[in-house]
Amino acid sequence: MAHDHDDHDHGDHDHDSELSEMQLRVRALETVLTEKGYIDPAAIDAIIEAYETKVGPHIGARVVAKAWSNPAFKQALLEDATKAVLAMGALNRVGDHLIAVENTPRRHNMIVCTLCSCYPWEVLGLPPVWYKSAPYRSRAVSDPRGVLADFGVTLAADTEIRVWDSTAETRFIVLPMRPAGTEGFSEEKLAALVTRDSMIGTGLAKLPSEAA
Amino acid sequence: MDGIHDMGGMHGFGKVEPEANEPVFHSQWEGRCLALNRAMGYAQLWTIDQSRASREELRPDIYLASSYYKKWELGLESLIVALGLAGADEIAAGHALRPGKALPHKLAAADVPNTLTRGSFARPAPAPARFKSGDRVRTRNIHPQTHTRLPRYARGKVGTVEALRGCHVFPDTVAIGQGENPQWLYTVEFEGRELWGEAAEPSLKVSIEAFEPYLEPA
Repeated sequence: MAHDHDDHDHGDHDHDSELSEMQLRVRALETVLTEKGYIDPAAIDAIIEAYETKVGPHIGARVVAKAWSNPAFKQALLEDATKAVLAMGALNRVGDHLIAVENTPRRHNMIVCTLCSCYPWEVLGLPPVWYKSAPYRSRAVSDPRGVLADFGVTLAADTEIRVWDSTAETRFIVLPMRPAGTEGFSEEKLAALVTRDSMIGTGLAKLPSEAA
Repeated sequence: MDGIHDMGGMHGFGKVEPEANEPVFHSQWEGRCLALNRAMGYAQLWTIDQSRASREELRPDIYLASSYYKKWELGLESLIVALGLAGADEIAAGHALRPGKALPHKLAAADVPNTLTRGSFARPAPAPARFKSGDRVRTRNIHPQTHTRLPRYARGKVGTVEALRGCHVFPDTVAIGQGENPQWLYTVEFEGRELWGEAAEPSLKVSIEAFEPYLEPA
């Protein structure tokens, strides 16, 4: 394992008791499934490694940077994001039903799954804890400005907010607005400004002055 | 199912708390739990909607008190026991007490890269789509005891068809073993005030992905 954050507190007051309980419980389940011949522990390791090292928001950031740089690609992305992302090249694996939605000065998009935690894993990796949490799932559809305030984001009062509830197998990625002062930036330099949250719609792309 | 999982619009859960520099997994068991779910899903003994239903059927107090990956673990256990792949006694013992059954597919490490791509849920359409973009529709006021993807906050509401997304596997039937029963899928957009009343943010619009059986002409 590349990460073993057993000491990490992520806001769950029952965390410590759940941790020890779940370590034992998952180990027991994995042992039973292995002994029954249902799973290969090497496949389990490979899945974990893929999500820790290969699949993540850097993929989505490359898609957004390309859309900012290339109007034909942007149009193709908004028409059929699955097709457009696949056409980008071998690095990108993406299945069906990916839909890109574009932020403009008049309209801000936000993605949620109120029923579970559907999320575009292939382009953003695994969802963060807050995306899967009750506060986000309950409030995003009724109080998105309040949710944005929790992220320190304030939009103009007349910006329309469009929330996409991912209630089927369609998956959404937000195409955030390109920050000012990025004229002439390479796709690589642009991708560094694209945050995960900006592709969910709970954040904005970074300004060049904010980039690390 | 009108369960606790259907959270859209509920009050009282407090603020969203983003975590700076969040790790992919907070504990080792979370990664293993995710991977066990993926590896067992590969056997194709259940569908994505059956695995969702297995989590929705957790008791509401357990659902609320469990982290995301704990729900995945509990849901996986319940599917494994329900299908007779292992007994609760074996999981409690932490060892197989009886030989396993033959699975239709077993995931090998070399095949993992291919499983990272989602499958398609689109199916050939058995009939033409009933609605078109721009049509006004009303969502049905349904309360099935079993799995559905029509959230409570969007039942009995009038909206506009924004897009057709093709004909897809119907979660409501596939989750209960009644087949894929493909149905047209639409993005339906609602005004915030239609969903939340006059006090709603005037500039808010919310869409759901609605299967045709959820909709009637408005």
